[in-house]
Amino acid sequence: MSKKEVKLKFNAAWDLAPAPEDSKHVSIKKQYDLFINGEFVKPNSKKYFATYNPATDEKISEIADADEKDVDKAVKAARAAFGKWSKLSGKERGKYIYRIARLMQERAREFAVIETMDGGKPIRESRDIDVPLAANHFFYYAGWADKLEYAFPNKNPKALGVAGQIIPWNFPLLMAAWKIAPALAAGNTVVLKPAETTPLTALKLAELIRDSGLPKGVVNIITGAGKTGAAIVNHPDINKIAFTGSTNVGKWIQKSIAGTDKKCTLELGGKAANIIFEDAPLDQAVEGIINGIFFNQGHVCCAGSRLFVQESVADIVIRKLKDRMETLKVGDPMDKNTDIGAINSKQQLLKIQEYIAIGKNEGGEIYQPSCSLPKKGNFCKPTIFLNVSQSHRIVQEEIFGPVLAIQTFRTIEEVIEKANNIPYGLSAGVWTDKGSKIFNLTSKLKAGVVWANTYNKFDPTSPFGGYKESGFGREGGLHGLGAYLQF
Amino acid sequence: MSTKTTIPDFRVTPSIDQVGIEERVARFTSRSIKKESKMQGMKMVLSMIDLTTLEGKDTEGKVKQMCYKAAHLHDVIPGLPTVAAVCVYPSMVKTAKDALKGTGVKVASVSTAFPSGQSTHEIKISDTKFAVDNGADEIDMVISRGEFLKGNYKFVFDEIASIKQACGKARLKVIFETGELSTLDNIRKVSDIAMYAGADFIKTSTGKISPAATMPVTLVMLEAIRDYYYATGRMVGMKPAGGISTSKLALQYLIMVNETLGADWLSNEWFRFGASSLANDVLMQIAKQNTGVYQSSDYFSKD
Repeated sequence: MSKKEVKLKFNAAWDLAPAPEDSKHVSIKKQYDLFINGEFVKPNSKKYFATYNPATDEKISEIADADEKDVDKAVKAARAAFGKWSKLSGKERGKYIYRIARLMQERAREFAVIETMDGGKPIRESRDIDVPLAANHFFYYAGWADKLEYAFPNKNPKALGVAGQIIPWNFPLLMAAWKIAPALAAGNTVVLKPAETTPLTALKLAELIRDSGLPKGVVNIITGAGKTGAAIVNHPDINKIAFTGSTNVGKWIQKSIAGTDKKCTLELGGKAANIIFEDAPLDQAVEGIINGIFFNQGHVCCAGSRLFVQESVADIVIRKLKDRMETLKVGDPMDKNTDIGAINSKQQLLKIQEYIAIGKNEGGEIYQPSCSLPKKGNFCKPTIFLNVSQSHRIVQEEIFGPVLAIQTFRTIEEVIEKANNIPYGLSAGVWTDKGSKIFNLTSKLKAGVVWANTYNKFDPTSPFGGYKESGFGREGGLHGLGAYLQF
Repeated sequence: MSTKTTIPDFRVTPSIDQVGIEERVARFTSRSIKKESKMQGMKMVLSMIDLTTLEGKDTEGKVKQMCYKAAHLHDVIPGLPTVAAVCVYPSMVKTAKDALKGTGVKVASVSTAFPSGQSTHEIKISDTKFAVDNGADEIDMVISRGEFLKGNYKFVFDEIASIKQACGKARLKVIFETGELSTLDNIRKVSDIAMYAGADFIKTSTGKISPAATMPVTLVMLEAIRDYYYATGRMVGMKPAGGISTSKLALQYLIMVNETLGADWLSNEWFRFGASSLANDVLMQIAKQNTGVYQSSDYFSKD
């Protein structure tokens, strides 16, 4: 027995047969126009761009490219609808929002499949997380629509007006729900732009909103790239900008709206510390590391991309982490057994690969599991870097991919200092069996969300947002509602 | 067991987070097992069953019938394995041993005043020796749960070690009766105690109380086996028992084994199901996989 190597063998004896989710039931049009004033209209530019399936590189559909005139048209429609919508009783507004939530549940399967086709995330996630959570946001905020006076007593809450909302490609439908639901509950009207690589579920949401009978112009969904977004930000008749995306764009938005009275919430990048103490439930902590960094291929602003492990348990945690990584199934996002799907775009894949090269050049010790990757499409192996420090670029910069930088620490003071020693402050994770240690850390970590003995948990009732370069303002919960009201 | 192994302090075994365990289990149960992999999995399940009868009303006749079933699960379908073992009371070991001669199916006997374990040390040792002398290949002992819950870990450790000695060449499975141990932390602790005391298998339940085997409990035990393997280089087997009666659930257990301990544990040398009615559900699913239709339960023998 002593001669035998002590090593576990994964994926050797029993391979699971492919179990692809059926995509025949979904209807995707060859071409999508802009959803303005309750109907789909051709773009003024007459231009369309293609959206691709990142797992196969196949073109899925063509999407209208909105220019400044289209944005103006959408804002005018939203403004025209605002008067009536904001004066409608909260109870009536709530009814519409509930209807959207229920329709989303009814069409959940179609939304999940399209989300996975367009964005590359595993069907398990879009089915079990993105779509149900999106519907929950509508349900939750529908409930607040007729209770604004109770939510903010004696403050006489009033809608802001027209909200311009720009959302990223990592959670296309969920981010649309985070933005639209509280805006409508508070009585605002909306012009929303999804990301150019993942516009399809937002456009399906437009169809759903049309079918729900929501008054025309209350929600307008227009598509395009950065220029379209800029036109929304700079439009003079918009009262509020809500943006989720990169820190660079966030900074540009703040500059652009300086001197105007536009309200603004920004949810930007992150480089979260996931901290494992020696007294933590280690196997569950390892699961938390996996969920923290490999959930949605690491395309998560609150991803736990910096791991801090107490030195006394570092070897055992890293061994467990490597074993767990061997069991991850990377491949066809439509397969129900896939754990890690496709990287959202070629451009993002190149960026991640560049960071992996930087990590190697900086002398980080790289580890990737033995899994094979599909030949076609944008795929990246789950990756960890050992023996890195705060001074390494892969520790400082947001990679937005399945790449984890691991450092060890000795004392609580040391880990708090290192965790906070970053321009970002969106989220953090703490793993320990000791309650007092959790409370000590949650009060000292400069992060909008601190998870204790879990990671990447989202709930409509819980506010979410960041410190420092991770942005400002909160979404979710009462805080998220207040961000769409004036008092 | 290597002589270099140091025995850890069982008062400070690793902590377990129940919420995290349940989330991990939910990932296993959402795996989709189809086509060839399903067939392969179901045959593995059959070959891992400890076909069990543990009742006051057991007779030689009943045990002989069950033994025939153990070696001839469903002769209509060729190429099926036999079950791994039959599991009986010590008084039935000889009958089972004779009935199974030449089949390769092993005889497992419960012992140590199963199921409560509330008896004297001498009786537990002689109970075990009686079963071994009658030909038992495997012994399924129960631990003294009362002593464990009192914090008397040394008693539990020593008892397992002495039963292991009494087993001789027979492999020892140690039943924790996890349904009486209340917390996952306790289950982790008792798993470590049993393995360091010499258990060849650790087993969840007697099947006499509810809850019997559950996936969270089994996962905690599998993770303990993994840590023990890395610490000592010795493989220990796992046997969930009681409450696993459907093919679907059994396959989910195998997924959990495959993704926690890997391929080396996917054989009946290292993994068993203690079950009485699981075999027929698996047979029904295999028949369905072959013919495309479900057959009535009357097409499958009940022994």
